[in-house]
Order: sequence, then structure tokens, then C-alpha cells
Amino acid sequence: MLEFAFMQRALLAAILVGAVCGTLGFFIILRRLAFIGVGISHSAIGGVAIGLLLGIDPLITAGIFAIAVALGIAVVRKRADLSEDAVIGVFFSGSMALGIVLFSMNHGYQQDLFGYLFGNVLALSTTELWLLAGAGLVVVATIVLALREMLFIAFDEEVARAYGRPVDLLNSLLLVLVAVTVIIGVRLVGVLLIEALLVVPAATAALWTNNFRSQIVLSAGLGSACGVAGLAGAYWLDIAAGGSIVLAAVILFFSSVLIRGRG
Amino acid sequence: MSDGSIIETDAANRPAPGTTVVGVRNVCVDVAGRSVLRDITFDVPAGQFVGLVGPNGAGKTTLLKTILGLIEPKFGHIELFGSSGPRRGREAHSVGYVPQRHAIDRNFPATVRDVVMMGRLCCLGPIGRPRRADWKQVDDMLDTVGIADLRARNIGQLSGGEQRRAMLAQALCASTRLLVLDEPTIGLDLPAEHDFYSLLRQLQADLGLTIVAVSHDLVALAGEADALICINGHMHIHGNPDDVVHSHAIREAYSCEFNFLAGELALHEGGGDHDH
Ligand SMILES: Nc1ncnc2c1ncn2[C@@H]1O[C@H](COP(=O)(O)OP(=O)(O)OP(=O)(O)O)[C@@H](O)[C@H]1O
Ligand SMILES: [Mg+2]
Repeated sequence: MLEFAFMQRALLAAILVGAVCGTLGFFIILRRLAFIGVGISHSAIGGVAIGLLLGIDPLITAGIFAIAVALGIAVVRKRADLSEDAVIGVFFSGSMALGIVLFSMNHGYQQDLFGYLFGNVLALSTTELWLLAGAGLVVVATIVLALREMLFIAFDEEVARAYGRPVDLLNSLLLVLVAVTVIIGVRLVGVLLIEALLVVPAATAALWTNNFRSQIVLSAGLGSACGVAGLAGAYWLDIAAGGSIVLAAVILFFSSVLIRGRG
Repeated sequence: MSDGSIIETDAANRPAPGTTVVGVRNVCVDVAGRSVLRDITFDVPAGQFVGLVGPNGAGKTTLLKTILGLIEPKFGHIELFGSSGPRRGREAHSVGYVPQRHAIDRNFPATVRDVVMMGRLCCLGPIGRPRRADWKQVDDMLDTVGIADLRARNIGQLSGGEQRRAMLAQALCASTRLLVLDEPTIGLDLPAEHDFYSLLRQLQADLGLTIVAVSHDLVALAGEADALICINGHMHIHGNPDDVVHSHAIREAYSCEFNFLAGELALHEGGGDHDH
């Protein structure tokens, strides 16, 4: 299958996105941010629609939109008088509704919509692949540099605060990284399925080891492996790549649950 | 067990005896719109071990958090090491905090060593990586608190008492000069509680630590602390432990009678109470 240039690019993207999602996924699992991940990724739909309507690259507007929603959620999380879950629900259903309304205004966009919802990795250009690699590197480097600080906050946020650690900054940063990773993953699996790559490989890794270093490395490796396996499956079976990749991850998760007997 | 292992917190780093390490000045705190602390004022001199007592809901935890800068007082202010205002960054190091019992996730993916190193992050610089000297400090502190053999275990797999010691090591490993403890002996059996207090006394002596500890075990605390402070919304009494436990003020704070001579506390008849 690698005789085609577009397949080579797709494969590189799958490895890259899998690794970035797996790395960040460690903290999504540890901090129980899965629902927030859903909120941020689904809200990107509104951004995509705005981009298509204005004739700007939808990934740019989706990125701006997702980061704005991430920061909005970060602000809301600090307020004790609002129910976090409810507000996230409002954010993402609101921006999805906005997206759907905008899409309905021009039926010509519907083909594009499908690609953003479920991924369209075979259409990835070389420039996009480079951008993706650059953004992925930034995300992973940020996590590596802030690893111990973020672990401290996950362990005891209040003590971290008492010791003068920049807790609010790092909490917001984590959500912004989620937004950036969602955009990185849109091409591969689309906004509706990116959450799976953020959660499933990391949850699988947590079944196998109980040390943060090995969990992160394993999670990133599993993310990449699922990307490759899913893409190969999509090629040979002629099925949608995004769904195939996520199914590979889910199968791996349930196999791990069975083997590890923690289910 | 701590001989020679105490590095960094040497004599030069100690506040001179007699200087005030914690100064609480007319502090009033509101939590969620309700007045919790009213006009709290006291000093903790360098090197002293102060016990903070009061009934449930008296505002002890709130007071500790205010001292740590986690809660802003509505009125009044806190002085630490003679200066008030924000203590972010470098200065925050010298304060160690062991919060009221929090359940540690059984599966938290970090070893005891990694968790103790968290207490040293403030010494590592913005993107600092722990160096060999930092790991040595961590290992020395694990040795000091007596759980060196558990350093490679995951934190969630330790018993409650062992976790307490790990949290103490975490609080101590950043050249700590002031230790703030919220009910550190809760859940410990009697010998373990005794050991824990001896460890605190030893740290106090070896490191010149100033200690503020909240506990509900008045009997044990009165035997170990240099001074007791009793609050219940406002100050009730501050003095040497013997005087405090026999004072009228502490009975008022708890709205009951204590019988300390028997070595245990007993509710007296006549307070309008039921039972026997
Ligand atoms: N987050 C909060 N929201 C609302 N009220 C609070 C909050 N935290 C504390 N309080 C109130 O402040 C008062 C003091 O609480 P605090 O935790 O300081 O008491 P405490 O002396 O530590 O009690 P305990 O011995 O039970 O630990 C209590 O009446 C409590 O209801
Ligand atoms: Mg308390």
C-alpha cells in the first residue's frame, strides 16, 4: 500500500497523531478530563463552519474556536457556583448547533462537513503533514517539560498551589493542549472520533503499567500502533480510516481488560 | 536515623531563635459568604511547635490555608518570616504543608520518590530537571521519616501511616523552615502516633523547624507541643499546653468539660447532655 504517496503521508500522520494523542491522553485519564475532551473536540465543529463560510482554512478557525472554548472551560472550572459538566454541555452543544446552522446555509459544504466530522486522512497534503508534525512536537515537548509539575497538580492541586506552583496557568495550558491536539487529529479521525484517541490508548496503557513514565511511553506507542493498524485495515478492507483506527484502539483496550482481568 | 543526612537546612538558614516565623494579625476570613474566622491574632516564634485545636468546624483548616496564602483574609494579614504580601516563588519553599487526610488514589502512577520530589519542584527552576543532589535530598528525607525502604513503591500502595510519612518527607524536602500540618496523626495507631510526634520533635530540634499542627487529640498534642492555641471562630486561648487544657476558655470553645487528669476526655454530666 505504500507505493502511493498519499498513503505514505497518511501513515506518517497516523503514527504522529497516535503518539501525540497517546502522550496527552495520559493526563486526560489521570485528571479525569475525558468529558472536557469531548466538549473541546465537538466545539471545533463551530469553528470549521465559520472557516468554510468565510473562506479561511477551516482548521485555523477551528483551532481558534477550540482554544477559546478550552480557555472558557478553564475559567468556568474555577467557579464553584457553576456545575462544570452542565457548562461544558452548553459550550459544546452550542458550538455544534452553530456549526450545523452555518452548514445548512450552504449545502455545498456538506461533503466537507463529513470529512471534518470523521476524518479524511488520504487527502492530507505535504504542507499539512509538516504543520501537523510541528504542532505535535510542540504539544509533546510542552508535556515533557511540564511533566513533573502537571503530575504534582494531579496528585494534590492544593499543595501545589501552596508551594507557589503555577497551577492555574498549567491547568489552562493542559486544556489548550487538548484543543491543539484535537486540531492535529481532525484530518486523521475527525472531531467526533478524536476523543477516542485521547482516551482509549491511555486507558489501555494504565492497565499494563503503574508508573507515569512507562504509561506515557506505552500510551504513545499504542496510539501510533493503532493508527498504523487501523490505516492498514482501512486500506485492505476498503473502510473509513478514522473509524477503523478507533476500532483498532477499542479492540486493543478490551483485549487488555480481558488479559489483565481488571474488567 | 537522621544524623548527617540533614543537608541544606543548616544553622545559617535557620531563623534566629525568638524571631517571629508566623504572625497572624487580626485575621478575619469569610468562606462562601459566611464569617469563619474573626479577629485571630497570635505569633509563632522560630523553632516552636504550636498545636492548634478547636472543635469541628472551628476554622482550623481555614486558618492554616490562610497562613499558606491559599485563602485571602477579608481583614488583617499574615506575616511569614517577618514579611507579608505574596509569597510566590522562592520564598514559598520554606513552608511545608501536609493537608488534612486526603485519600490517595490506589493507582496513582508515581513512586514514593517521585511524590516526594514534587515537594522539591520549587527548587528546580522553571523547567528544571531533578539533579543528583535533588534526588539525594529526597532520599535523605525518606530516610529521616523512616520509609527509605519504600521509596520505589507506588504511593497508592502504602498504608495510611506510611503515606503520612511520605507526605511529611514531601513537605520537608525543599529546605523547609516552617511545617504546617493538618491532623497529621489521624488514622494512626497509638504507637505510630507516638512515633510520629517523636519524629516531629526530632525534626524540630535537628532542623530548627517551626511547626504548626492541628490535631483533635488534645491529650497527645498537649504532651508534645510547646504551646497550644484554641480557636472556635475566634481566639479562645493561647498559652502553654498545661494551662490551656485546664483553662475555662477551652471548655467554652468546646462547650463541654474535659477531664485531663484521667488522661482522657470525658463529657461531664450536667451540661444538659444525655447518656448514662
Ligand atoms: N469550601 C467551603 N464552602 C463553604 N463552607 C466552608 C468551606 N470550607 C469550610 N467551610 C466552613 O467553614 C467552617 C470552618 O471549616 P474548617 O474546615 O476550617 O474547620 P475545621 O476546624 O478544620 O474543622 P475539622 O475539625 O472538622 O477539620 C465550617 O463551618 C465549614 O462549614
Ligand atoms: Mg479541618
